[in-house]
Amino acid sequence: MNGKVYIIGAGATKIGEHWDKSLRDLAVEALFAAVKDASIDKRDVEALYVSNMMSGELQGQEHLGALIATWAGIPGVAACKVEGACACGGVAIHQAYLAVASGLYDCVAVVGVEKMTDVIPSDVTAALATAEDQDYVVFTGTSFVGLNALIYRFYLEKYRVKQEDIARFAVHCHKMAVSNPYAQFRRPVSLEDVMSSPVIADPIRLLECAPVGDGAAALILCNERFLKENPRDDLIEISGTAVATDIVSMHERRDPLAASALRRALDIAMEKAGIETKEIDVLEVHDAFTILGILPLELMGYAPPGEGWRLVAEGQVEPGGKIPTNTMGGLKARGHPVGGTGVYQVLDIVTQLRGKAGSNQVEDAEIGLAQNFGGVASTVAVNILKRVR
Amino acid sequence: MVWAESVPRVWRERVKKYRLLGGKCLKCGSVVYPYRPACPYCGHEELQPLELSRRGRVINFTIIRHPPTGFVGKEPYVVAIVELEDGARVLAQLTDVKPEDVKIGLEVEAVFRKYREQASNGVIEYGIKFRPV
Amino acid sequence: MKFSTIVGIAGYGAYVPVYRIRGSEISRMWGAEEETVEEKSVPGLDEDSLTMAYEAAREALQMSRVKREDVGAILVGSESPPYAVKPTATVLAEALGLSQKIVAIDMEFACKAGTTAMLLAAGLIASGAIKHGLAIGTDNAQARPGDELEFTAGAGAAAFLLSRDSERMLASIENVFSYVTDTPDFWRREGEEFPRHTFRFTGSPAYFHHVLSAAKGLMEETGLKPNDFDYVIFHQPNVKFPLRAAQLLGFKVDQVKPGLLCNEIGNTYAAASLLGLARVLDIAKPNQRILVVSFGSGAGSDAISFITTENIGVSKSSIEKLLARKVYVDYALYSKHKGTLKGVLR
Repeated sequence: MNGKVYIIGAGATKIGEHWDKSLRDLAVEALFAAVKDASIDKRDVEALYVSNMMSGELQGQEHLGALIATWAGIPGVAACKVEGACACGGVAIHQAYLAVASGLYDCVAVVGVEKMTDVIPSDVTAALATAEDQDYVVFTGTSFVGLNALIYRFYLEKYRVKQEDIARFAVHCHKMAVSNPYAQFRRPVSLEDVMSSPVIADPIRLLECAPVGDGAAALILCNERFLKENPRDDLIEISGTAVATDIVSMHERRDPLAASALRRALDIAMEKAGIETKEIDVLEVHDAFTILGILPLELMGYAPPGEGWRLVAEGQVEPGGKIPTNTMGGLKARGHPVGGTGVYQVLDIVTQLRGKAGSNQVEDAEIGLAQNFGGVASTVAVNILKRVR
Repeated sequence: MVWAESVPRVWRERVKKYRLLGGKCLKCGSVVYPYRPACPYCGHEELQPLELSRRGRVINFTIIRHPPTGFVGKEPYVVAIVELEDGARVLAQLTDVKPEDVKIGLEVEAVFRKYREQASNGVIEYGIKFRPV
Repeated sequence: MKFSTIVGIAGYGAYVPVYRIRGSEISRMWGAEEETVEEKSVPGLDEDSLTMAYEAAREALQMSRVKREDVGAILVGSESPPYAVKPTATVLAEALGLSQKIVAIDMEFACKAGTTAMLLAAGLIASGAIKHGLAIGTDNAQARPGDELEFTAGAGAAAFLLSRDSERMLASIENVFSYVTDTPDFWRREGEEFPRHTFRFTGSPAYFHHVLSAAKGLMEETGLKPNDFDYVIFHQPNVKFPLRAAQLLGFKVDQVKPGLLCNEIGNTYAAASLLGLARVLDIAKPNQRILVVSFGSGAGSDAISFITTENIGVSKSSIEKLLARKVYVDYALYSKHKGTLKGVLR
């Protein structure tokens, strides 16, 4: 597969508590926005990949491929739901990439959607926990937050870092989200706010967690053949893509902090893209919890192990810093409508590469990398984007 | 949650849950819980079924304060990674202990307790928890 | 009544939850002026009569060193099974890893079900049908909030691995006497959450009549006198009743005291006299005689005399440890543990 794959359209809904919008409303709104952004006819879309994790649990609705295609007015397209827990967005982009790169399709759409506010909080907690082994892990009564709390404690114990230093990642994300029109929280928080928020699962505090919200984001992908007929100048190429898995239950991993799926996905995707870490201009990390914002910075070599927090404290993750990260607010403040998240991450990078990030613009951003985690990094999707001019 | 009220599922898993039935990989020697057809570490497909040790120590833990449906009303409770004497790592609740008294390294032993009730008129799911020795 | 083959206890186990509530705390709640017992046991949020039975049975099995696949019967006496219909015995058999070729049943006779389970298991063994059997008394006793029963309704379990293997025997069953009448002193109708009782009527026509009749019956049949026994254990719905029964029968307080646990753990119903027996077996010497007299409302008593063997004392149950470890709960937490709060979010 040598065909190049480009992103020519991106669109999304604002993330939040959309009491008046259903899952299908959100998905269709985002898809139409992406189609409009791509300046194509929706009938040009040959295949639709709907990334979603919990519609079965939260809406009692599966078969999102045909459902969203129908409601978008494009029945007939190849369509399916892509699931990989919270990584489903990144995985769906990976699948869409493969479909286009293979030459089977010239133009496909990815729409990531999650409607989380249809049920009571304990049902959302239960649904999120389905990312783990239901029979032997969720059975214990752990929540998904609880499992990440274990990672957090492993980290704090190993590196003797203060929780405040990790929690500061949330402050960074809120600061970045202020100017993002799609963000769920467009307001700053202080470190004191974060550290005085209630404990959800020790040691994780409320304001260290990505919020529950509704939202959808969509992308239009195409190949060069399609571009010849629909020429445009602001091209973004998916220059690398990879998906990797780890032992699904974190407690069984030899080193729970190794994040081996992330390591593997990064190696494959970066080799494909032919880039080195230092070439990345803008980074999206899967900060469902603050600790998950810090760990990848260390794993990628931006900071020594145990010192990722310094990058945040020193502002190195902001535009103009060493590695601008989650410049549109990340999961923490832009929001984390699960099935949408991996797509929002790529959309945020597209915004940067197009130079449309406003006050958060990373100067002359050319290469961006998004990493999307499913489960406790049991599935990791990495997508690398490159501006083509 | 439909899946949370499956009776066949509870029935099918009972021996593994009641008796800590794990497996020892005949190639790399890893001991895993629960028993399964292939070793997660080396991929080998011969695991010897093994009732695991009932003693171990806490290597990490969290306190669940916002539980999923099915556990509401039981919070706060402790979920821990317990490393058993035979090396298997088990995720389980700790019981008969105040959350604030749990420390990494705590020596624990297996007990048989209720985990979840499938509504007040549904079946009761039992399994192994751990308490301080 | 005597078994044709010698059957005895090869192992025994006890279980009492860690939680306690003081009688004074219950008084504080209801404005009562005196308490029947000092404190009583309270199950944990994740405990029921089944989980308690499991812990006691595991200990009994371990002490006996009988292979679990050689156990031929599991009989569980309780009036608080987790299910109205669906046996506790089958869950226990699977959880303990017993054979599936086994006689298993739940039995109910108010607080007497545990000793009757013992008699029937012993009968199966004596007949030659099986070699070893488990008999368990277990209860998470229920009491209507505010009822005087609430001062005593406790939680606990005791299990006995019975066998005809003389090398394993710690105490043999010497004689048995069962006595029943139709006496409605305490009951719980189908579908009702709490039992009802008849206050002072539970005394003389119920507890005392049956306990005394069974104890006298056994002594008359065997020609034994109170001073032939080293220890006597009565069912203990409170502290007064067993002491009074002892006095009426001519036993001394010293014979009763070691097996009297009610003041510490309350009335553990089907486990009550059996936990007393476990305590006594822990301190007994070889060739001592022990009398156990249970009582179950409805009503009846089993009197069983045991003679300890040379094997007694080699291993002990965990009962002393269980009696000593205590976490006190207040009435609010007690209500949560007992499940008596209404409309709780779940």
